Amino acid sequence: MEALDIFATASLWSAVLRIATPLIFGTLGALICERAGVLNLGIEGIMTLGAMVAWMTVYQGGNLWMGLLVAALCGGLFGLLHALLTVPLGLSQHVTGLGITLFASSLTYYVYRLSLPVTSSPPTIEPFQPLAIPGLSDIPFFGEAFFTQTAPTYLALFAVLLTAYLLARTPLGLAIRMTGENPHAVEAQGLNPVRIRIGAIVAGSALMALGGAFLTTATFNSFFPTMVQGRGWVCIALVVFASWRPGKALLGALLFALFDAYQLRLQHVIESAIPYQLFLMVPYVLSIVALVVMSRRAKVPQALMAPYRKGER
Amino acid sequence: MRLERRTQSSLALLLAAPVIAIVIALALSGGLIALAGVNPLDAYAAMVKGAFGSRLSISETLTRTTPLILTGLAAAVAFRARLWNIGGEGQLYAGALVAAWLGHNMAAGLPTPLAIILIMLAGMLAGALLLLGPVLLRLRLGVDEVVTTLILNFIVLLFVSMMIEGPLKDPLAFGWPQSVPVDSDVMLPKLLSRSRLHIGLIIAILAAFVIWIVQSRTVFGMETKAAGLNTRAASFAGIKLGRTLLGVACISGGMAGLAGAIEVTGLKGYVTLDLSPGYGYSGIVVAMLAALHPVGVVITALFVAIVFVGADAMSRALGVPSFIADVIVSISLLTMLVSLLFTTYRVRR
Repeated sequence: MEALDIFATASLWSAVLRIATPLIFGTLGALICERAGVLNLGIEGIMTLGAMVAWMTVYQGGNLWMGLLVAALCGGLFGLLHALLTVPLGLSQHVTGLGITLFASSLTYYVYRLSLPVTSSPPTIEPFQPLAIPGLSDIPFFGEAFFTQTAPTYLALFAVLLTAYLLARTPLGLAIRMTGENPHAVEAQGLNPVRIRIGAIVAGSALMALGGAFLTTATFNSFFPTMVQGRGWVCIALVVFASWRPGKALLGALLFALFDAYQLRLQHVIESAIPYQLFLMVPYVLSIVALVVMSRRAKVPQALMAPYRKGER
Repeated sequence: MRLERRTQSSLALLLAAPVIAIVIALALSGGLIALAGVNPLDAYAAMVKGAFGSRLSISETLTRTTPLILTGLAAAVAFRARLWNIGGEGQLYAGALVAAWLGHNMAAGLPTPLAIILIMLAGMLAGALLLLGPVLLRLRLGVDEVVTTLILNFIVLLFVSMMIEGPLKDPLAFGWPQSVPVDSDVMLPKLLSRSRLHIGLIIAILAAFVIWIVQSRTVFGMETKAAGLNTRAASFAGIKLGRTLLGVACISGGMAGLAGAIEVTGLKGYVTLDLSPGYGYSGIVVAMLAALHPVGVVITALFVAIVFVGADAMSRALGVPSFIADVIVSISLLTMLVSLLFTTYRVRR
């Protein structure tokens, strides 16, 4: 019964939100790109870049918010590169995205190694501290579980609301969704689908970088290579799971984080009876399962991965 | 300004494209080397020396080329049919693990050449089976294979970690997570004495030529090309897309699995978690630089190996972080994509 008791601990639920935060940012970012019709497999590299840049900004004396801002800007810049290659040039979104991931992550490691000498343990910064929301955080159990998170977690939740509102209720959102469904129709409306796609990719990539930045400024307090650990790819799977809807993306990220937080704690309960690697596999297996279950019902943006060239069908 | 499709692309343009791409990539990376306070020309000279300067360094470069040819072929074969196999890394480890297991247990009783051939085939089978899952998911349920193959890489690595800390752990490795060693009888013969170079290189080059012949001279090869160019037209022409893609998956996964089996039986003798420094991912770059041509893959694999071996030596000599190798290779991929585009399109006002 110990295995079930875990669900009754506030620390589990508090960890769920913490683990979900980078996934929320990343999934939202990938979702915005795909809603405009472009798959962004640069996500894994952009998250790695965001993690390092934010950490480095703080380590060099900037404050934490400045770190997040610089990460978002750098993420946007790599998004712009992906956008220029895939939208006006119409290159393969798969291969370009992987290229961006390889480029962003190798550049990240290179710059990190160039700036700091090799040490046995990575240098640390003072990360974001939990922010107790006055009043709400005093509620027993729920206060500790949901209302004493770090500031970027609240920002991520706000970003979900904002993205959902933007996509569903504003002319800009309509234009983005239309570009993902039928760019020729956008052209006929007198809008420029190329610009809309570029803008969406830049904004989405900035969000991805924030997801990476959360890892170094809130989850951990240092940067180390391979720390993103496939979270970017999980986000790409979560977008399918969410049927390209921000609300469901939040749900997917939370569900995923719940399993992840639970398996971490279950490891301690069961101890060595089961190899720890099996627990670590759970999140990855789940994201494949989520893909399989949702792929049939998924409402894929009709023009996803179809390059748009004016006058070409 | 807009892009217009060229009616024909000249051979000179096709051959110049990769050269131009690599020159631009080297120029851009040169800027980053300068950031480290080192003259880029000195750095590149040190890299060439590190990759070719001595008998030892040449044999190291060729040793490093071997797995890159095979993972490059894995990507090239799949991408030609628009099968996005990004799982080369996982398939490599699957082949490696099977090779270590068989190589440790099977040596007794079988003649050496037969045992080696069996191990190679088993490695290929392991890689192919690992790719068949995602391909079947795509064909039956419409699940995008990019994400499934990518995520499988992480699952396979955890599985390998579980095996080499569990059932396949080497009890003599002082607690270090390392698989049981391959019997010395079934290790691949050396190609060059007093070096690490083994006959895996010959196997890899042969594989490239066989795949080239299959692609250009057989019905199956034509079908894979048709499937990649236009799925709908291919199915109207009576090509069974599912069967073609499954065949492609067997070759692609097989090549990556073979890379793993060869690394284990040719070089390391056992499996560890750092068996491959990302050969599966580098294979994608190798394939793209070769414009997916199997024989071109041999040449571009050599280029990528030169960058990696050269950068290691240059890093020791001049202190530029060796991550510069990955930077050069990844920028080359992006510049190659653009320059390939301009072999089929031109800019018009």
